Amino acid sequence: MTKLKDWLVAGGVLLVGRRRRERRPERQRIVAAGAPNRRAENVLLLLFFGVTLAAAAFIAVYALDRLSNQTQWLGLALGGSFCLLAAACFVIAKHLVVSEELAEPYPERESPAAQGEVEQIVHESGSRFTRKRLVTLAGSGALGALGLAALVPAASLGPVLDTDSLYTTPWRKGRRLVDEAGKPFVAGDVREQTFYTAYPEGGDRELIGAPLVVVRLPLEEITEPRRSWAPHGIVAYSKICTHAGCAIALYRTPTFAPTQPRPALVCPCHYSTFDPADAGKVIFGPAGRALPQLPLLVDREGELRAAGNFSGPVGPSWWGVRMGKARS
Amino acid sequence: MIRAAVRFIDQRSGTAPFIKKTLRYIFPDHWSFLLGEVALYCFMLLVATGVYLTFFFDDSVSQTTYHGPYKPLDGATMSHAYQSVLHISFSTKAGLLMRQTHHWAANVFVAAIALHLLRVFFTGAFRKPRDLTYLIGIGMLTLALLEGYLGYSLADDLLSGMGLAIGYSVAMSIPFVGANFATLIWGGPFPGSSSFWPRMFIAHVLIFPILIALLLTIHLVLVASRHHTQFKASKRETERQVVGVPAFPGQAPRSLGLMFAVFGVLFLLGGLVQINPIWLWGPYHVGDATNGAQPDWYLGWLIGALRLVPSWDFTVGSYTVVPNPFWGGVLFPTIVFGIVALWPFLERRVTGDVAFHNLLDRPRDNPWRTALGMALLTWVFLTFMAGSADRVDVLFGIPYSRQIWIYRVIVWVGPLVVGAIAKRVCEELLRGEQAHAVRRAAIAEARLIER
Repeated sequence: MTKLKDWLVAGGVLLVGRRRRERRPERQRIVAAGAPNRRAENVLLLLFFGVTLAAAAFIAVYALDRLSNQTQWLGLALGGSFCLLAAACFVIAKHLVVSEELAEPYPERESPAAQGEVEQIVHESGSRFTRKRLVTLAGSGALGALGLAALVPAASLGPVLDTDSLYTTPWRKGRRLVDEAGKPFVAGDVREQTFYTAYPEGGDRELIGAPLVVVRLPLEEITEPRRSWAPHGIVAYSKICTHAGCAIALYRTPTFAPTQPRPALVCPCHYSTFDPADAGKVIFGPAGRALPQLPLLVDREGELRAAGNFSGPVGPSWWGVRMGKARS
Repeated sequence: MIRAAVRFIDQRSGTAPFIKKTLRYIFPDHWSFLLGEVALYCFMLLVATGVYLTFFFDDSVSQTTYHGPYKPLDGATMSHAYQSVLHISFSTKAGLLMRQTHHWAANVFVAAIALHLLRVFFTGAFRKPRDLTYLIGIGMLTLALLEGYLGYSLADDLLSGMGLAIGYSVAMSIPFVGANFATLIWGGPFPGSSSFWPRMFIAHVLIFPILIALLLTIHLVLVASRHHTQFKASKRETERQVVGVPAFPGQAPRSLGLMFAVFGVLFLLGGLVQINPIWLWGPYHVGDATNGAQPDWYLGWLIGALRLVPSWDFTVGSYTVVPNPFWGGVLFPTIVFGIVALWPFLERRVTGDVAFHNLLDRPRDNPWRTALGMALLTWVFLTFMAGSADRVDVLFGIPYSRQIWIYRVIVWVGPLVVGAIAKRVCEELLRGEQAHAVRRAAIAEARLIER
């Protein structure tokens, strides 16, 4: 009987105790407490309303056809909406949640025990091998070969070993020069202090060897032995800069202020400057070699034609650039 | 409801302890720690706007004739790629907003990474155990530069064509293998085969973003696992104890606010401030170029370097060992990135400091590092400025060639001067602090004696 009584009492105490614990009103806070801030809440509500309004405005502006400055309105609405949302977040951060400053230890710097175990596992796993170095060598050789094999198809991307095409240009002896509209150049119409762009008649204009700059200079200013390449003082050079492949689109001549001592061809990318009177030599800027010149001749109709190919390879330099010649 | 959601997640993933720890993760508080976050949010917006743009972009360079709402180009021969960008700009609702926001975000992205790098460098945050995190960051900066270049190259307007010609020439200029490498990437001599554009496109929208996202993930995991660095603001911050605001609720609304602010400002810029008006440049053809061409800002240092180098190819007989664009386009950035990437290891070797560092230096605390960092920064900055000499010529009438000669001198002298000044300033600041501390100690002592 006493045992039963004991059990009952114990059970009662447990029940009462449990119920009490369940009723315990407040858990200990994790996040620090702070006072409510109704004013900040009001501002927040206002900002949320603004976000909604701006988002609705974005949709409305998007839906409108024929609105002038639509891009600007769209940007204003969407950007404005995001900015208001950002402001809302900042109000929350500053006034509506507590900014606790907590401290805790930095994480463990290292775990030497685990490090040792990792090393041990790796070491012991290899204990059945007798010729470890040979196996490692053979294994890395095998993986290396397989890796190389997997890389080789990348060579299909382009002509890796064939750099011959870098020397070819669409120009050859007798090819007529035409302007952008396809009209041939009549030698008598080419004027001094003007800049012309020419292309090979019927050729692909998007080849780096195709475009030419054509300018006319007083014949006596052109240095020998290239004077014979310049009928009536008309000279033609590759329009592609030998430095970085941009088109030489500037012609510095005394026509324009500020006046400069002598005419020069200038690339607008890095301002390599070439002397059209002196075999296209570099007179300023980074280009490492002269502009390739195309010898010209005037045919019986008085039109300009190529008298051969360029004086050197066209376009930016590479390791082989001085070893070969421009060819058709 | 919160309880139900947490229980649902915990019962299926067992991550409640992890979530609890994450919510109370401590962020040390300093404005300069937010620069990396800005870069992260730019990246998110870049992905979002970029995905939108892919729905309209055509990666074909086959030629077509334009007949669209932009009348000045009516009848012009251009690639489908360029036409599709015109179409995005003029005929797609919100297209121009998305395109310009994308471009602005790219510019701010690289700027945020660069400033973040400067912050990390000058405060010594790169020291052990965060040197690996730092290297991954440098990797992301490199990828970001290439990714931006690919992005504005895809539009196939005149500027992008000129940029690609320069890129091709720089690739060609690599000693011994340049021509092979360039023709491999371009699929033939410039302007390359028709498959070059799809290659650039897939690199820009898939390969590079995935690489950046991957490095970004590793970067953030490493940051979190070693915790943030902190300045020594009081006695509580030590090498062993981190002090700051918990992720939730303290830091979360700040970071979210910053994210929305970044989005907001970028959309405002995208809507209100014109950037890269590709219709003004017109389509690219090999024989065309324009004056006053400037790349996006983050490539300014490279165009400056390409312009500053004097006319010099290094040749042996008729073999061209080093064509000119190599100096400014490959060697210069390799040196800069090399020094920046190897810095943690160089500094460790020179100072013999192999300890763990959780407390940040102020720039003055390490005069040598600050001086050398400022010198390198000046070197890059002056080169960057040299890239705008043509604009200065046009705007202020200072002859271009004279400016280049000046820059050729000051890019070497400037870093020495700035480095020396920086070192002196650091040392003086430290000396001032020491004097102040001594005086305070003396006053305190005097008070003690009086009592």
